[in-house]
Amino acid sequence: MARKITIEPVTRVEGHGKVTIQLDDSNNVAQSRLHIVEFRGFERFVQGRPYWEAPVLVQRLCGICPVSHHLAAAKAVDVIVGAGTGDGLTPTGEKMRRLMHYGQMFQSHTLHFFHLASPDLLFGIDADPAIRNVIGVVLEHKDLAVQAVLMRKFGQEVIRATAGKKIHGTGAIPGGINKNLSPEERDEFLKGADPMNADKMISWAQAAVALFKDFHSKHKDMLDNFAVFPSSHLSLVRKDGAMDLYHGVLRAVDTNGKKILNDVDYQDYYNHIGEEVKNWSYMKFPYLKSIGKKDGWYTVGPLARLNTCDFIPTPLAQKEFEIFRAYTNGKPNNMSMHMHWARLIENLHAAEMIKQLLLDKDLQGKNLVTKGAKQREGVGLIEAPRGTLFHHYKINEQDQIVMANLIVSTTNNNEPMNRAVSHVAKSVFTGKAEVTEGMMNAVEVAIRAYDPCLSCATHALGQMPLEVSLYDSKGALVDSRRK
Amino acid sequence: MGGVLVYGYGNPGRQDDGLGPALIGMLERERIPGVVTDCNYQLQIEDAVAISGSDAVIFVDASCAGGEPFAFGGLEPSNDITFTTHAMSPASVLALSHELYGRPARAYLLAIRGYEWEPVEGLSPAAAGNLDAAFRFIRPRIGEILAGIGQGAVLEGSTSRN
Repeated sequence: MARKITIEPVTRVEGHGKVTIQLDDSNNVAQSRLHIVEFRGFERFVQGRPYWEAPVLVQRLCGICPVSHHLAAAKAVDVIVGAGTGDGLTPTGEKMRRLMHYGQMFQSHTLHFFHLASPDLLFGIDADPAIRNVIGVVLEHKDLAVQAVLMRKFGQEVIRATAGKKIHGTGAIPGGINKNLSPEERDEFLKGADPMNADKMISWAQAAVALFKDFHSKHKDMLDNFAVFPSSHLSLVRKDGAMDLYHGVLRAVDTNGKKILNDVDYQDYYNHIGEEVKNWSYMKFPYLKSIGKKDGWYTVGPLARLNTCDFIPTPLAQKEFEIFRAYTNGKPNNMSMHMHWARLIENLHAAEMIKQLLLDKDLQGKNLVTKGAKQREGVGLIEAPRGTLFHHYKINEQDQIVMANLIVSTTNNNEPMNRAVSHVAKSVFTGKAEVTEGMMNAVEVAIRAYDPCLSCATHALGQMPLEVSLYDSKGALVDSRRK
Repeated sequence: MGGVLVYGYGNPGRQDDGLGPALIGMLERERIPGVVTDCNYQLQIEDAVAISGSDAVIFVDASCAGGEPFAFGGLEPSNDITFTTHAMSPASVLALSHELYGRPARAYLLAIRGYEWEPVEGLSPAAAGNLDAAFRFIRPRIGEILAGIGQGAVLEGSTSRN
């Protein structure tokens, strides 16, 4: 009897996702899909609101990465107020925003590794869920847990010092920033009592990369062969090809490393990127128009960023980047589990950037805002922790937003996440008559590598159980589990 | 640090999900000696550090089901995390704090019933009523908890870490 297996929602990713795997009569995987219940009403909701409210309004989207939305919207509004893109801001304005962004990147990547990835890597994806979790990591690897907690706290404090507060930060304003960094705040991050200072954060970030490499050396078979499939990759890069998570030009490479989007101005993104709607998912499927809907999909996020950039402009991360690129002989790396490796190298880069920025006297500058001739339209792009984030607004003569288009990182990764699910489903479900916890978690591990963000802004008590439901070929419920 | 930490969490940009931060705002205006307040979008691993420095902690969250106008009770650490997301439950943050720092704080959960969760600023009228009821309830309880830990008479000034 053909069966339909439903995993809903995916554990340890935010919000609500559902995986369905359709087996045929011989228990071969006939079809697998990741369905994401994404909230799309926000773009309509901001219509009619004054454009200058956008950087604060968009933080309602997400309680995990509000800083990314805050900055992407601010960059779009910069264009509208005539402040140009990225480097059009004053040095203090741009560098304060960069510090905020790298603080966000540092705390987010740290959380992902410790909370979402390390339980799977340290205990194995077949391990008992009772120990394969964050508390299990604490019990077995207390030093790592203490480091992760304090790294998160450090990143959060950087955000608070630059954004002004933890909820609905207001640091980035049209054309710049509303505060500089005081010498006292700077010294707290640079010279804070051990371990809460930038040097220790760099040291711990280095140790995390080493931990992954050690694990990799012992588990190459799993990490190198789990959910591997050819993909194109897209991200911002600096004009000279360096990794730049805050600003740059848009670059995409194919699975062999050939440039298929050659460092274009993202103000024209809509000439290069289309969004396809499929009737089985609320989430759109972006693609490169030059390649077409069928094959124009691409991956974003840490793995993509390390595949598109030519170098990383901080010394310790650059050293790790060279090792990373050498592993695939300079070709793009398409191993999904290496997303964790890439994420930790980026985390080291973020820690180095935080120190580099803290040492820059421009952070104590007084010239915070740039203004120019007003425009009716603006696009803001940023490399959020999970990947490229697009914000696009148009306004009318009354300064009201009349059009908003957002392409979030998880939307950009829609097709590759589905490919990863399909790849893993075929390898672990094919020919199996029973469904085990380990088999289900294997699918989830593939999704979690992308760290998707699934409408996570509400979290009130009582939401988000895990349900597993089995359906027969006629759609009747055969079995259901909840945890 | 010591004293009582009252920690509200939720997204005020999603209507009643902001009940926790709203109650924190009301408490901050009271300036209760010995009370530290904090709020964020959601609980996370670094909150284990703050908890470890308090004698007692009161978590304040919105609830989408359960007691009206609110529910209040003691909270025990829970290591049983079979389902976790980027947001942690108060019981698991408590467990993390205990495991890492070994300093058990008395913990309570105040769950205020909410009803609307759209991306709009401001509470629904029904939730706002529940918030008032929860505040009238928790204000004297905080005094009792402070007295119970012997901090009420010696700690001065309220603190906000938001």
